[in-house]
Amino acid sequence: MAKSLPDSSKSSYVPDGEKQSRRIGPTSGWRLIDFGEVWEYRSLFYFLVRRDVKTRYAQSVLGIGWAVAQPVFMMIVFSVIFGQLVDVDSDGLPYVIFSYTALVPWTYFSGATGASTTSLITNRNMISKVYFPRLIVPFTAVFAKLVDFFIALILVGVLMAWYGIFPSVWAILLPAYFLVMVATVAGLGMWLTALAIQFRDVSYGIPLAIQLLMYLSPVVYPVAIVPDRFRPIYALNPMSGVIDGFRSGLLGATTPQMDLLIIGGIVATVLFISGAFYFRRTERKFADVG
Amino acid sequence: MSEIALSVEHLSKRYRIGLEEKRADTFVGSAINLIRQPERNFRRLVSLSQFGSNGEDDASIMWGLRDVSFEMRTGEVLGLIGPNGAGKSTLLKILTRITEPTGGSATIKGRVSSLLEVGTGFHQELTGRENVYLNGSVLGMGKSDIDRRFDEIVEFSGVERFIDTPVKRYSSGMQVRLAFSVAAHLEPDVLLVDEVLAVGDAAFQKKCLGQMDRVAEEGRTIVFVSHNMSAVRNLCKRGLLLEGGTVVEDGPMDEVMNKYLEVDTETLPEEVWDDPSTAPGDERVNLRAVRVTSGGKIIPEIGYSKSFDIEVDYQNLIPDTEIGVSIHIRNAMGDLVFTSSNSPDANQGNDSWYGKPLPVGIYRTTCTVPSRLLNEGGYSVSVYLGGGFIKDKIVREIDVISFHIKDMERDTREFQGEWLGVVRPMLAWNTVVVKNG
Repeated sequence: MAKSLPDSSKSSYVPDGEKQSRRIGPTSGWRLIDFGEVWEYRSLFYFLVRRDVKTRYAQSVLGIGWAVAQPVFMMIVFSVIFGQLVDVDSDGLPYVIFSYTALVPWTYFSGATGASTTSLITNRNMISKVYFPRLIVPFTAVFAKLVDFFIALILVGVLMAWYGIFPSVWAILLPAYFLVMVATVAGLGMWLTALAIQFRDVSYGIPLAIQLLMYLSPVVYPVAIVPDRFRPIYALNPMSGVIDGFRSGLLGATTPQMDLLIIGGIVATVLFISGAFYFRRTERKFADVG
Repeated sequence: MSEIALSVEHLSKRYRIGLEEKRADTFVGSAINLIRQPERNFRRLVSLSQFGSNGEDDASIMWGLRDVSFEMRTGEVLGLIGPNGAGKSTLLKILTRITEPTGGSATIKGRVSSLLEVGTGFHQELTGRENVYLNGSVLGMGKSDIDRRFDEIVEFSGVERFIDTPVKRYSSGMQVRLAFSVAAHLEPDVLLVDEVLAVGDAAFQKKCLGQMDRVAEEGRTIVFVSHNMSAVRNLCKRGLLLEGGTVVEDGPMDEVMNKYLEVDTETLPEEVWDDPSTAPGDERVNLRAVRVTSGGKIIPEIGYSKSFDIEVDYQNLIPDTEIGVSIHIRNAMGDLVFTSSNSPDANQGNDSWYGKPLPVGIYRTTCTVPSRLLNEGGYSVSVYLGGGFIKDKIVREIDVISFHIKDMERDTREFQGEWLGVVRPMLAWNTVVVKNG
């Protein structure tokens, strides 16, 4: 047996004099997120995202196919009710693709917001046993759900080919809409999970609020039917702009509503920055109250 | 002399503990309480982490740590000992930055790794390989560190054949071995280890202790918390004794351990309340004295081979009160060794007054503890008096007296070492020949 026990000479450990000192003490007030530290823990972030993605559909036959199942089944229900029975206006597009294109970002929004809200609670064992930048926890949920998002997005491409629809020039704005969507979810996630670990009500209330918010977003109907006087309020929901942007960019039946993108973008930025500060301010008590 | 690796200055941490809520006596009162429940819940949840300026005297505040200071040099191995609730884990949680101190500070030089639990982040659906990477990164290793040491980790754990099987198919022992192997291959400058060796089989525990010894020899600084006294003694030259959140003793391990195994010298084998107005109790009954006697004398040190009595004196102030007496015996580690009471359920003999209405007067209830039952060491006694049995606790005196059990005949015994275990009963042993040849 050449190698039976770990050989200490192989160890790379060298005690040296040039080591960083860290001072631990009480902190207070508002602080910025320490992005340098988050970067140091990037492998943890990577493995946590992998864990979330790999384990979500473990031991299931459809596996990752479930990522598509939710928006597809909702699309079928909506197409029957709103497309056939009620006959909601769909910008002249087939209702199937009209609703599915909206359901892809919406499913991401509702799934990732829900998962990041409960993220600190489901990972509280880890939080009370080991230190790492807590921000990684809600961000893991935000990023892990993106895998589902992109898989569901492939089906949009399939439907576009089926109906012979080509993307419009406005597709160049898609990265901006994508950023607004992720920033909104991350901002909400930071706010809500920091609140939920202190007040469990938040984790019970959020699924309810998200359901209501779907009807305040242009998922089953086009933006055009929203009366002008409600428009400024309607624009405050960043998902209004995001859904409108995905439809106009991919399906090309309408042009993007710039007021929705700009106001939505501002709201998303405010949510993200304020969420980061609130999270940072409360994170020191997560291990104690969780 | 090597440099300072860890320095802790006046570290304090306070927690808020739950207080009993006021109960309403009326139906309307209860209804109002029910309606106001959300508001009260909100206040309670907020108060968990907020402390007013007058917080010092608040009954719901508990200091987990109070003004703890010490220093460690590079390469030192410190054993942190103390009874349950002494603040050992709180101290580790602050040093690892899991929780923040309320006051004071700590300075640590170099990379810190902590082991408060083995297998943090392990997921049942993931394979052994994936869990090694996940757990390693949870403990602060980078992906390249894990890549480099992966083979070593797997070999150390002895689960090579199952490394690509989901860990839910592992036995619990295999999971622990794999988790510990990851932890044993951390390369920190300062390693903080909580009671984690309690898991795994004896052979693997020994292997882990060996690995930790090796880590210590490499010149790393280690803080080690354990109730396993022999492990602590083997690994650590220096000891730090915490009690009630403060440092009681800091010095060579043997001295600190001796101090720890002595029961709190502030309590004596007898406690007497002469003045009924200050005695514990209420308008029905007062506790008047608690003592431990052996051979008719009140002595703090009782021979292992002697039986002894725990006497509880109490005064009944109202005719026809029913009073039950119960005791809890704890050892120096804070473990509850046994509880007993004078109810027939726990009584070999017959206490003729038990369950009877007592006339006014002073009573003495005595519990006789047999010889050769308790192991050597210090013990404390808690006393409870209740109307009926446990239902209505009138008196609750925790750790009110203490005593020591010592084996006076050790020198004449065949085995002169220490017997392990909480108790040391004399049992019946016998050997017979089952088959000749």
